[in-house]
Amino acid sequence: MVDSQHKWKAWVYLAPALILLLVFTVWPIINTFHFAFLNDYSSLGSNGGETYQFGISNFTKVITYRGFLTCLKNTALLCVLTVPLSCFLALIIAVFLNSITKFSKLLQTIFFLPYVTNTIAIGMVFAMMFNIVGLRYQSDYGKYCQDIINAGGTPKELFLAQEVIRDGVTYQTGYTADSWGIINNFLTFLKFDPIIWINQGSSYSANIAVLVIYIVWNALPFKILILLGGLQSVNKQYYDAAKIDGASRLTIFGRITVPLLSPMIAYVVITGFIGGFKEYTSVVGIYGTSLGPTGEAGKLNTIVGYIYDALAKANYGVASAASLILFLIIFAVTLVNLYVSNKKVHY
Amino acid sequence: MKVVLENLTKIFPSRTKNGAETVAVDNFTYEIPDGKLIGLLGPSGCGKSTTLFMLSGLLKPSSGKIYFGDDDVTNLSPEKRGVGLVFQNYALYPHMTVKQNIMFPLQNQKVPKAEILQRTYEAAKLVQLEDYLERKPNELSGGQQQRVAIARALVKSPKVLLLDEPLSNLDARLRLQTREEIRRIQRDTKVTTIFVTHDQEEAMSISDMIVVMKKGVVQQIDVPQIVYDNPVNLFVAKFLGTPPINVFVGKIFDRKLYIGNEMIMDVDASNQEVFVGIRPEGFIYAPDDGVLTCNLSSVEVMGRDSSIVSTHDCAESTNIRSIIDSDIKIPYDAKTVKFNIKKNKIFVFRKDNEERIYLKDED
Repeated sequence: MVDSQHKWKAWVYLAPALILLLVFTVWPIINTFHFAFLNDYSSLGSNGGETYQFGISNFTKVITYRGFLTCLKNTALLCVLTVPLSCFLALIIAVFLNSITKFSKLLQTIFFLPYVTNTIAIGMVFAMMFNIVGLRYQSDYGKYCQDIINAGGTPKELFLAQEVIRDGVTYQTGYTADSWGIINNFLTFLKFDPIIWINQGSSYSANIAVLVIYIVWNALPFKILILLGGLQSVNKQYYDAAKIDGASRLTIFGRITVPLLSPMIAYVVITGFIGGFKEYTSVVGIYGTSLGPTGEAGKLNTIVGYIYDALAKANYGVASAASLILFLIIFAVTLVNLYVSNKKVHY
Repeated sequence: MKVVLENLTKIFPSRTKNGAETVAVDNFTYEIPDGKLIGLLGPSGCGKSTTLFMLSGLLKPSSGKIYFGDDDVTNLSPEKRGVGLVFQNYALYPHMTVKQNIMFPLQNQKVPKAEILQRTYEAAKLVQLEDYLERKPNELSGGQQQRVAIARALVKSPKVLLLDEPLSNLDARLRLQTREEIRRIQRDTKVTTIFVTHDQEEAMSISDMIVVMKKGVVQQIDVPQIVYDNPVNLFVAKFLGTPPINVFVGKIFDRKLYIGNEMIMDVDASNQEVFVGIRPEGFIYAPDDGVLTCNLSSVEVMGRDSSIVSTHDCAESTNIRSIIDSDIKIPYDAKTVKFNIKKNKIFVFRKDNEERIYLKDED
């Protein structure tokens, strides 16, 4: 114990961190609660001397706003799809990396690369890969798209053909296989139809698919790192014992590896869900700040995106209310996670 | 089931580029009779655990063959050999209950459910753990964990039971109890059992046969008492017995054995320098006509016996320990102590290769 005469010293040492936390974390949290329950609170109005009534109108606004439901649906869908998928893949890759001896350091580095690269930059690369057209034709894209839609055809129909006749007018699409993004090039190489992933006229499922691939790829390194660390701390004798006991590889994985790794698995799942509900940058990375394909702005917006927009419009009350709703969702999901892991996890 | 080892050799390649490879086990040939308890004994690094892991299939021999009965199992994987192995630290699956641990090998063999439960219960009963089936390993004492490990090894009715340092993680009292337990279980199940230990007392007390190893080479294989009474070389003589054997530098001259200037006995061997080993119980206190004179350091009374600690210029170690009846009183102000030597407790070894020189006038 610290001598009571020297207690003030402890406080001095803690002060820098404490002050920063109080100013930039605790005070904003208090304000969030405060603003959320002031009817129609806006920072502009507040600065102008307006006063606000206590109430829940911010919450009703958020919930009844159709855009928020889109955000909620997008966020939840991305969470449900990416968290289990990335955790499962990370587990498989970690087990694989743990079992090989050759090249394991090199492969570990490769799998870890996404962790040290910039989300937005990689998002732009992904956008390029999933583009319907290659970089060369990017600038012409908007014009052609408009022509196509004016002619009453879907972009896909037109991209597949060299020229299309609508109402007696012949449209030259000008696009050939080599001008597509790499993914569509690959698809056509395998004799599949190209898919419009992220451009005008793309389907919701294609949009989400691109996001899922990107988010999973981006989320893997951290999870692999945690799980690999867990695997390396498992006593090798359990595997020798299991071999002697005649367990197959699948049995060893299911009945030895996974249970012994369960604390780490629980950790990556819980942090994965928390991170997943805060998804935003990946959408910006791929779709830009319009948060959707051309002509469909906000189609793929998320809750954090919604909060950000509200803040940008100085609607602090709405932003605070949305933040609290997000907090409640994450809190509830984490409680469920903890409840499940308490039953299943062996510590 | 008898177990045959034929020229079994294990060489570990060097880790560095120019380092020497390690011969962990060198040309081990022996036939272990059916239903016996064999102790592999030696200091650490002597290759005893390597031998055990080769028998289990976890390590592949560099050359040589292993037979279980008449079947060549050298190239069989561990699960196909039907061995039970008890690890030094038991390696019980920490997330499974005692019951699940014991059931695990049977589940892998796709044994019918009813039979699994019955055999699990029988195995638990054999090791007297039937009341602990629902516990997790970390809720058990060290001795109980050890017994779970044995039950898990035995439940699949293995052809051979292998135990790696089975008692080293237990405290002294429990060790005594558990080693009797292992002996009892082995007698009950009649399974051929091979266990590894560095503790000679442990090996001597429960083994039918002991194999003494040094640096990968088998030194002597025999019934424990014979190995103790008739060591083939200085290493074996030194390794067995507590307190350890006393070693002197001596010489044979004119068919007489000398330690220093004192003539110990007549021997039938040519003139040479030798090592002389005398077991602590081989000394007879003889103040009047003793042949060996030592400088007395202290007398430790241990109840039944007394241990005389003395020194001698020709002794290899600083202290010579001799055990005599505690009824014999030694004058406390004595400076020296004289001994006669029991003929069957003295061994003579060549100075150059430490091999035993068998003396004709023994027995």
